[in-house]
Amino acid sequence: MKFKAIVVAALLASPVAAQEVKIGVAAEPYPPFTSPDASGNWVGWEVDFMNAVCAEAKLTCVITPTAWDGIIPALTSGQIDVIMSSMSITEERKKSIDFSDKYYNTPAMIMVAADSDITPDEAGLTGKIVGVQVSTTHEAYTQAHFAGVAAEIKTYQTQDEANQDLAAGRVDAVMADSIALQAFLDSDAGKACCKSAGMAADDPAILGAGVGFGLRQGDPLKDTLNAAIKTIRENGTYDAISKPYFAFDIYGQ
Amino acid sequence: MICPPPAQLSSLELLGFGDCGWGATLLWGFGNSILIAIGAYALGFLIGVTGAFGKLYGGPVAKDLWSVYTTLVRAVPELVLMLILYYAVPAGLNQLLIASGYERIDLPQFITGVVVLAFVQGAYQTEVLRGAILAVPHGQIEAARAMGMAPGQVARRVIFPQMTANAVPGLGNLWLNATKDTALLAVIGFSELTKATYQASATTKAFFTFYPAAMAMYLLISLISIFAFARIEKWARKGQRDVRG
Repeated sequence: MKFKAIVVAALLASPVAAQEVKIGVAAEPYPPFTSPDASGNWVGWEVDFMNAVCAEAKLTCVITPTAWDGIIPALTSGQIDVIMSSMSITEERKKSIDFSDKYYNTPAMIMVAADSDITPDEAGLTGKIVGVQVSTTHEAYTQAHFAGVAAEIKTYQTQDEANQDLAAGRVDAVMADSIALQAFLDSDAGKACCKSAGMAADDPAILGAGVGFGLRQGDPLKDTLNAAIKTIRENGTYDAISKPYFAFDIYGQ
Repeated sequence: MICPPPAQLSSLELLGFGDCGWGATLLWGFGNSILIAIGAYALGFLIGVTGAFGKLYGGPVAKDLWSVYTTLVRAVPELVLMLILYYAVPAGLNQLLIASGYERIDLPQFITGVVVLAFVQGAYQTEVLRGAILAVPHGQIEAARAMGMAPGQVARRVIFPQMTANAVPGLGNLWLNATKDTALLAVIGFSELTKATYQASATTKAFFTFYPAAMAMYLLISLISIFAFARIEKWARKGQRDVRG
């Protein structure tokens, strides 16, 4: 239905006012933020949020699924105009792209097998195998904090694969965003195999200052999006969107 | 409508066309795969015919250029070519366009996929067709030239009818490759059959429902293709003696 709504919006908008913006979403499902439903439409908190931002900024937004590991090149080469894929704002990424203001910020969780006594710190992970999704802030974090002590850091194309390997016992712990892991822990598969070992100690230099829209450097769209995010935060739309998904405020400090 | 958790749905419901079934999404991906395969194969055939004649009868420069093309393309994995064409080429092109004051263009994933696979198909088809042309007895071509036929007439009247039978088995193979190479488009996020299958199974966790379904679809297209190419070969070999006697 959402897709229809976007198409209708695109048809109704006058050609002058309508500026079509291609929103790049990682093609790998990442619930509860972005995932396709049975009819192939993209749903989740981030999609609802995007619709609100685009309505506020009077933009015609079209979701363009793009592979996660090529999402920055897709942006810089012009295949997409905006990255909306729970991408953390980090100094490293800022070298190649711009970011909007953050729109959510959640801590990183370390998930372990249900019968494990691993603690979410260096001592707990000494000699263990840690699984992370490739090219994420969590991979950078594990490389910086656990590479010296862990037996191995295994990288996966998707968080799902890392979770599956934890359930299968091929890794001892996985590290990822707390909301994404909590969604897995709430599922039947997650309940059966795994538990949270707790949150990893924060490291803003690596984990970044929250999640923002990724934009080409110097793109004036940045100011438009920032203004829209600010308005949505202030007028209560943000909280209304978040309520069905989360029990707490995911905007963070 | 709100669907129950996927674990409570049967395989049939998951693969079905209801509100909670992924059947339509999979079929849409399947359709995309076939369209890309057809586009790439047809475009590749044009490249192949031009390349085969260029390599055999072209001038020295044309011959060299075609050899460089077939050597390079057959040396580099399709996956690498795909990544270069989807990410590197538009980036360079857009820099050039913006520097000279134009708007940036965007290459749709579909077009990129067709062009990359056609580029690859073209190189292989060039070689298959070149081999098929060489298998036409040279005396016949000389005879046609001696009769005063122009190069186009030689090609149409003598070379094409005889090379077809030699080319069909190789071209059939390449068509089957083309249908499966479409899965490479999954790496750039295009929702052809493999990507659609992956998304369906990653969302529902019903991997053992969706992957066999995708396999059945690939198998179906292969079976139909094999049947069709057998018919074409029979037609192309009409009038030829069966070597088995």
